Amino acid sequence: MKYIDEFRDGALAETIAANIASEVHTGRRYSLMEFCGGHTHAISRYGLADLLPPSVNMIHGPGCPVCVLPIGRIDQAIRLALQHRVMLCSYGDCLRVPASQGMSLLKARSRGADVRMVYSPADALKLAQAHPERQVVFFAIGFETTTPPTAVVVKQAQSMGLKNFSLICNHVLTPAAMRAILANHGGDRLDGFVGPAHVSTVIGSRPYEVFAHEYGKPVVIAGFEPLDVMQAILMLVRQINRGRAEVENEFTRAVSREGNHKAQALVGEVFRLRDEFEWRGLGVIAHSALALRDAFAEFDAEQRFGLDYHAVPDHKACECGAILRGEKRPEQCKIFGTACTPDTPVGSCMVSSEGACAAHYTYGRFKNVAVAAG
Amino acid sequence: MTKRKSAYTRPLDIERGRIDMNHGSGGRAMAQLVEELFAEALANEYLAQGNDGAVLPPANGRLVVSSDGHVVSPLFFPGGDIGSLAVHGTINDVAMMGAQPLYLTASFILEEGFPLADLRRIVVSMAEASAAAGVLVVAGDTKVVEQGKGDGVFIATTGIGVVREGVNLSGSLARPGDRILLSGTIGDHGMAILSRREGLEFDAPIVSDSVALHGLVAAMLESGAGLHVLRDPTRGGLATTLNEITRQSGVGMLLQESAIPVAPVVAAASEFLGLDPLYLANEGKLVAICAPADAGRLLEIMQSHPLGGSAAIIGEVTQDPHGFVQMTTRLGGRRIVDWLTGEPLPRIC
Repeated sequence: MKYIDEFRDGALAETIAANIASEVHTGRRYSLMEFCGGHTHAISRYGLADLLPPSVNMIHGPGCPVCVLPIGRIDQAIRLALQHRVMLCSYGDCLRVPASQGMSLLKARSRGADVRMVYSPADALKLAQAHPERQVVFFAIGFETTTPPTAVVVKQAQSMGLKNFSLICNHVLTPAAMRAILANHGGDRLDGFVGPAHVSTVIGSRPYEVFAHEYGKPVVIAGFEPLDVMQAILMLVRQINRGRAEVENEFTRAVSREGNHKAQALVGEVFRLRDEFEWRGLGVIAHSALALRDAFAEFDAEQRFGLDYHAVPDHKACECGAILRGEKRPEQCKIFGTACTPDTPVGSCMVSSEGACAAHYTYGRFKNVAVAAG
Repeated sequence: MTKRKSAYTRPLDIERGRIDMNHGSGGRAMAQLVEELFAEALANEYLAQGNDGAVLPPANGRLVVSSDGHVVSPLFFPGGDIGSLAVHGTINDVAMMGAQPLYLTASFILEEGFPLADLRRIVVSMAEASAAAGVLVVAGDTKVVEQGKGDGVFIATTGIGVVREGVNLSGSLARPGDRILLSGTIGDHGMAILSRREGLEFDAPIVSDSVALHGLVAAMLESGAGLHVLRDPTRGGLATTLNEITRQSGVGMLLQESAIPVAPVVAAASEFLGLDPLYLANEGKLVAICAPADAGRLLEIMQSHPLGGSAAIIGEVTQDPHGFVQMTTRLGGRRIVDWLTGEPLPRIC
């Protein structure tokens, strides 16, 4: 804990905040996207926006695995659980994501579906071992951080010869999403990125170099602690002030340029690139997600159960799409805090603790109320 | 209770026996279970009346009644078990009304197959906890449910106490400007249970803070400080309790994160599991809200009591039509401390 406390030091934060305030150029606006939900959460939970000058505008990115899952994917999981009667294992956050026809995995459970909350893919594998008479399906989601553990259990299931374990693979790729935002969703309005923390421990800092070189956007990789975020913002302000666009690494205690070779090799062995994948908010993006390689096809639930994919549009009033693209802020959504709250979520961004709407509702909504009341 | 010759041919085999449906049928087996296991451990003159209800002497003051259900899993955890927890939890609910707890009742829902040895451990623990607190278990009941329809044992309790004239505590009495005091570290019970459930081991084991708080409450009341609200932040943790109070009183709150005590091992485990100690259950802590002028004196009294050694003033009540519990973070920013949504789930990446 001592190690972590050092990255939450109030006095140091004050010093960094003072540096940021003194270095921003008057009359200039700094629009910075924190890609990761982990950063969004840290900014909200520690109230970091209060420490920044008004000219620094933090824009929430799409780096929340639960948020970017489109409704059609949750529908697949619900179909498996309700119609194919499998034991469906999922991370807790996925359970409450609204799906078609007012369903969610949690509601499916109350209708008799066997939906289990797990903390890791290894838990799902254990359930498959313990229940050989049941088909056990792991609903695999996440960016590059959670992909290697999924790869590990697939290999374990294969070496054990398990016939009752499979997964719906929704693993997605960070650089593809960043490129989509820069290329298709008004990347011009962004001045730089706070780059992913945990994702970068796996893929390294090199994959972001293209965004600095081709798009001229500085990227500073930062840890998830509040001082990491503050320091990364300072580093971005400095790059922008000097007209530089480079990939810098604030999170040197965990991230190298090359990343984790072992994890990368494991992922490469088990997964292949999907031709395309639908993201909530960002639409269909080519080569942006992973599927199991042919050698592991028997563990692919989509194949085992003949699951086809139907795209389903978001709720009409839900602005999750625009929020995930960084075009709108949560409080600009008409149903934010009224019809859509963490207890009654309409869109996925209100479900996950890393979602921009949930973070703002949980930690920051008093700011909007104060404005409205005043 | 006078000893008399057992009416049963063989004593209960507490070492190896298990609960079966006969123990709930109302027949001889049930009577034997009650007599040899429950009455033996909990003996007192009211229980010895042996009737459908206990006749109690007239009370000296207004009565306070509180009802509580206990469904903890695992049943045994570092620092306690469901038996002691049931006693402490119920006593504390009565004590939070400023009352002197006097009596408890306990209803046991037992699952077929539950080991009698475990049941005795729980009942003995209950007896020890109530004896230590000076509170009598005066009535009880047992029912047995089929295997798979319970989780070993559930205990439902009722607590009865008396509150003296002049003591008026309620969650609706917090006023802007009042100070918010907390009697000690938060999250110990919740994390003791969770770490046990998840099989997590730490260098220093995390022990539940389960304890009866009526002694501390009595000391606080005796001081004559202008106490407005007392509440124990159990399920849902400190955050939930404070939100309940703001709603009841129609006020807001502003907390100082750096003032809220958290044991280092609980903080570390919470970090590891992606949980926030503000939402973890406590079973031996109280929140007190008092007039600002009395806060310093009340804090001293709490700190000089064995159960309030690390008590702290953690914030103040504000005027806020939206009823927000806000907090100045360690970093100097401000955030809401909201109601808990769903179960406290670990983050996934």
